[in-house]
Amino acid sequence: MTMMTRQKVMDQYFMDARHKLIDIAAFLDRVEGAEGDEDFRMTAFRDAIKHLEDGGNDRAKDVLMAFSDPTEDPIAKAPGKGACGAWPGENA
Amino acid sequence: MRFIEPHAHMVSRTTDDYADLATSGCVALCEPAFWAGFDRGSAEGFRDYFRQLTEYEPKRAANYGIKHFTWLCINPKESEDMALAADVLEVIPEFMDCPNVLGIGEIGLNKNSRNEVKVLEMHVDLAASHDQLILVHTPHLEDKHKGTRLILDVLKNDSRIKPERVMIDHVEEHTIGMVLDAGHWGGMTLYPESKCSPARAIDMIERFGSERLWWDAACDWGPSVPLAVPRTACEMRRRGHEEALIEKVIFENPKAFLSQSERFQL
Ligand SMILES: [Zn+2]
Repeated sequence: MTMMTRQKVMDQYFMDARHKLIDIAAFLDRVEGAEGDEDFRMTAFRDAIKHLEDGGNDRAKDVLMAFSDPTEDPIAKAPGKGACGAWPGENA
Repeated sequence: MRFIEPHAHMVSRTTDDYADLATSGCVALCEPAFWAGFDRGSAEGFRDYFRQLTEYEPKRAANYGIKHFTWLCINPKESEDMALAADVLEVIPEFMDCPNVLGIGEIGLNKNSRNEVKVLEMHVDLAASHDQLILVHTPHLEDKHKGTRLILDVLKNDSRIKPERVMIDHVEEHTIGMVLDAGHWGGMTLYPESKCSPARAIDMIERFGSERLWWDAACDWGPSVPLAVPRTACEMRRRGHEEALIEKVIFENPKAFLSQSERFQL
């Protein structure tokens, strides 16, 4: 359980969270100000953002799940080594 | 403050990092075998790497008063090549009796492919037949949740595996619950960009309790911070936590898990 009062959480983490939120806002401006199409990563990102308005205390988990591969079976062959941060979909 | 760094790839770090770790209270560190950033061409490349992990790196650590332990395997990133994996699995037993070897790791999955699952099963069999501890790497980013589920299934399907002798590393908020529920230990990796931040790692201790959990820096050649564990301990102190709880997470817990191998002596 947290040792902090809500006031202490604010004092210790507000500036950091504010900084990160503005960075996300600027990222969205940058994406939308650029030429060309978005890809599946932005679709997942926009879906993940919706979870920030959820109540409860599972927001971090829900955001992680919004980016996750929801399938259950192993894939036929590894397409490479890297991960890009969002699931491209079954036909990618 | 004293702490154990239970996951660090020191072959890719400088001697300055050993000095900094020692200065901040690191008494022991564990180095799992991993992907070196490029694919090795043959099992001979792994034999050299295992010699580095069992002969050379312990001496480097000892110069700074740090005990060095290691884990052996072919990592999931090189496990798509089944023939190479089979060759490397033949080499591993040659090193299993080295004094700093704690078990098989970091095994697991990377892209959750069929071959990766097969090679994981081969490693689990090797560990079970030699009564070794297991250290598991869970996949990155979008592949982590699915991969963690597949890994838990493989472990559950081998009745010789005792859950408390398996550490599942790189857990995050969406995987920590299933790992602890299965009776395993969970590791939180403190990375600057991916995996887990210090604040989230402390949140998870506050939410899930401090049993069967540790923190590690997993520092390697990518963006990573060798002193992430002591820095997170400082943040935990800033939140007002008792010293005893901090010591449990950064020293007593890793000691308890790793001491299941009689080779882990401080
Ligand atoms: Zn690692």
